[in-house]
Amino acid sequence: MLVVAAATLARTADGDATPVRVGSKSFTESYLIAEIVARIAEQVGEAPVERRFGLGGTGMVYGALAGGEIDLYPEYTGTISRAILKDSSVTTVPALRARIRPRGLIISDPLGFANTYALAVRRDTAARLGLRRISDLDRHPGLTAAFDPGFLDRDDGWPGLQHHYGLRLAAVRGMEHALTYPALISGRVDVIDVFSTDGQLARTDLVVLTDDRRFFPDYAAVLLARASLAARLPRTWAALQQRLGGRIDNATMARLNAEVELDRRTFAQAASAFLGEREAADAGPARRRLGRDLATLTVEHLVLVAASLAVAIAVGLPLGLLAARHRFLGQLELMGIGVLQTVPALALLAFMIPLFGIGRVPALVALCLYALLPIVRNTYAGVSSLDRQLLDMAAVMGLSGRQRLAWIELPLAAVTIMAGIKTAAVLTVGTATLAAFIGGGGYGTLIVTGLALNDVPTILAGAIPAALMALAIHVAFEALDRLVVPRPLRGSPGRAR
Amino acid sequence: MIALRDVTKTFGARVAVDHVSLALEPGTTRILLGSSGSGKSTILRLVLGLLAPDTGEILVDDVVVSRGTRRDALRRMGYVVQEGALYPHMTAAENATLAARAEGWARARMAARLAGLAELVGLERSLLDHYPAELSGGQRQRTGLIRALMLDPPVLLLDEPLGALDPISRAELQTELLRVFHELRKSVLLVTHDVREAFVFGTTITLLNEGRVVQEGTFADLARRPADPYVAQFLRAQAPPAAMTATL
Repeated sequence: MLVVAAATLARTADGDATPVRVGSKSFTESYLIAEIVARIAEQVGEAPVERRFGLGGTGMVYGALAGGEIDLYPEYTGTISRAILKDSSVTTVPALRARIRPRGLIISDPLGFANTYALAVRRDTAARLGLRRISDLDRHPGLTAAFDPGFLDRDDGWPGLQHHYGLRLAAVRGMEHALTYPALISGRVDVIDVFSTDGQLARTDLVVLTDDRRFFPDYAAVLLARASLAARLPRTWAALQQRLGGRIDNATMARLNAEVELDRRTFAQAASAFLGEREAADAGPARRRLGRDLATLTVEHLVLVAASLAVAIAVGLPLGLLAARHRFLGQLELMGIGVLQTVPALALLAFMIPLFGIGRVPALVALCLYALLPIVRNTYAGVSSLDRQLLDMAAVMGLSGRQRLAWIELPLAAVTIMAGIKTAAVLTVGTATLAAFIGGGGYGTLIVTGLALNDVPTILAGAIPAALMALAIHVAFEALDRLVVPRPLRGSPGRAR
Repeated sequence: MIALRDVTKTFGARVAVDHVSLALEPGTTRILLGSSGSGKSTILRLVLGLLAPDTGEILVDDVVVSRGTRRDALRRMGYVVQEGALYPHMTAAENATLAARAEGWARARMAARLAGLAELVGLERSLLDHYPAELSGGQRQRTGLIRALMLDPPVLLLDEPLGALDPISRAELQTELLRVFHELRKSVLLVTHDVREAFVFGTTITLLNEGRVVQEGTFADLARRPADPYVAQFLRAQAPPAAMTATL
C-alpha cells in the first residue's frame, strides 16, 4: 500500500509540462463534454491532461476556474450571464466575451446545442393539430399539460411563458420531471416541459415546439476557459474550437446523454464513439482502468484520512488538555467545536472554496475540523476524570508539569483518548467521500459520478471500498491500542482492575 | 519541625478544620484521631500544600508553606494513603521509584535504594515487577511505603495506612511500620479513626471532632482524664467488651 502511495505521489509531483486541467459540473452532459474535451486535448498531445470532473454546481466549478485550479469546463451562455456576470441583459457570445475578458477568461464558439427549457408534444398530436411552434398552442386551449414543479414556479418557466405568449391551457398540473415523459407517452397529458437535450428526447417520438417569440433565455453550450490556456497551448485550443465549434447539435447531445443514462455506457465509451475512436467495444481496457482507478482512489482516500487525522490529533490533543486545565475556557472551546460539527459537511466544504480553492487542501481542512470534536472531547473527558488522589500523589512527589502529563495523565487517559481517535478515524473515512465534491479525490469520486448518473453500481464501487476501509482502520487501531495503552489498563475480560 | 498555627479551612459552608494548632517534634509520632469528617485528613492535605488554609499558617522547619516554598517543603515529606494510590499502569518498582526518576537519579542508585527499602518493609523482590492489580492489599501498602521513603524524607504523613487491610495483614504491617518508624527515626503524623491503632503507634494523640481539637495527650491522658464527655464516648465506643478481653 505504501509503495503505491509513494508512486502516486511521485507521479503527481513530477511532469514539468503543466497539464491541461479539464473540469466539469456533476451532471451527465457536463461530464460527457468534458470527457470529449479531454480526449481531443490528449490527441493533440501538447500537454498532459488532468480530469477534474464532477465539481458540483456552477459556484464550485466557476470558483475553481477563477481560482486557477482548472483551465476550462463546459458552460452555458445563460448561466454565464445570469449566474456569473449577474446581468441577464448580456446574451450574445461576443457581448459575453467582452464582459468576461477582464476576468482573464475566454469563451469558445458555441458547440451547437443549447440546454434550455422547451415544450414537447407527441408526434401524432402535433400532426393532428398542426403544432410546430409554441404560439400554435394558442389555438388549442383544451390541451392538458404536466410541468415539473420548478418550471411551474420560475419566472423563466410557465408563469413567464404564459404571459409572454398569452397562453391559456385547460388543465396544468405539477409532476416530477422523471414522470412527465411516461405521462406524455401514455397519452395522459398532451404537453410537458423538457430540457432540449434530455436523453429521453432521443428515444421517443416527440416534437419539441419552437420558441418562435424567443421567450426562453439562450443556454447555448460553450467552453469557458482561462485566457492563459489559449496562450500557453494554442494548438490545443485551436483543435477544440475547430472540432467542437458548432459540431454537436441538440439531437446529438440528447443521443449521447441517452447512451450514458439509458444504455448505461461509460462517459469514456460515449465520448470515444462520438469522436469516432475504436476503443469502446473492447471491455478489457475499461476493466483494467477501473482496477487501476481503484488503487489510485484508495491511495487518495487513505492520504486524505491519514493526513487529516494526523493534524486533528496534533491539534485536538492540546485543545483537549487545555479544556481540562481551564474550566471556563474549556467549556467555550467545546461549545465552539460542537457548533462546528452541526455545519453540514457539504456546506463546510463549500465554505472552504473561497479560502483554499478546490482540491485536496480544502478537503483536508474540512475533514480536520470534523475529526476534531471526538478527539478533543475524549481527551478532555479522559484527563479531567482522573482519580484526584493519583494526581495529588504526583504533586506530592514533585513531578513537573511535563512529567505529570507524560507519565501519569496521558497513560491513564489513553483508553479514552484512543477511543476518541478511533471514532474520528472511522468517521473521517465516511466524511472523506464528500471530498470529491470539491475535487479532493478518493472513493467519493465514484460516488459523485454514480449519483450524477443515478447509477447504483458506480455508487457502490465507491461506497463498498469506503466501508471496507473503515473496517480495516478499526482493526488497525485496535492493534495500535496494544502499543499505546499500558497493559494493565487494557480491558481484558475476567480480570479485575 | 512541622507546626500548624491557628489553621482554619472551610469548604463552602462546612468548616473542615477549625482554628487548629499543633506541632510535630522531630523523631516523634503524633496520631490524629477522630471519626470521619473530623478534619484529620484535611490537616494532612493542608500540610502537604494540596490545600491552602483560609486563615492561619503552616510551618515546615520554621518556614511558612506558601506557593513559593511548597516544593522545598514537599521534599521533606513522604505520603502514604489508605488504598495506596498506586498508579495502575506502572509496576510496583516503577511506582516506588517515581520520585527518584523525577529527580533524575541514576539507574544503579535507584535499584540499590529500591532493594534496600524492599527488604526494610518486607516486600519480596520478585513482586516489584508486578502491577498493583496483581498485588495483595498488604503488598500494595508496602509498595506505597517504599515510594514514600524513596527520597528519605525526615517526615512521614500517613492517612489510614492500614484502613483497607484484612485483620491479619493489618497486624503484620502494623508491626513492620512501628519497626520502620523507630529504625529510621522518622517524624510521623498518622491519621486514623481506630483507637487501638492510636494506642499502638502513638506517643501523642490529638483527638479531633468536627474540625476542632478536643484533647491532646498520651493515651493514658485521654482515657483517665477526658477533657470532654466526647473523649470518653469516643474511646468507649471502640473498646472491646470486658467479657471478651477476659476470655482472650
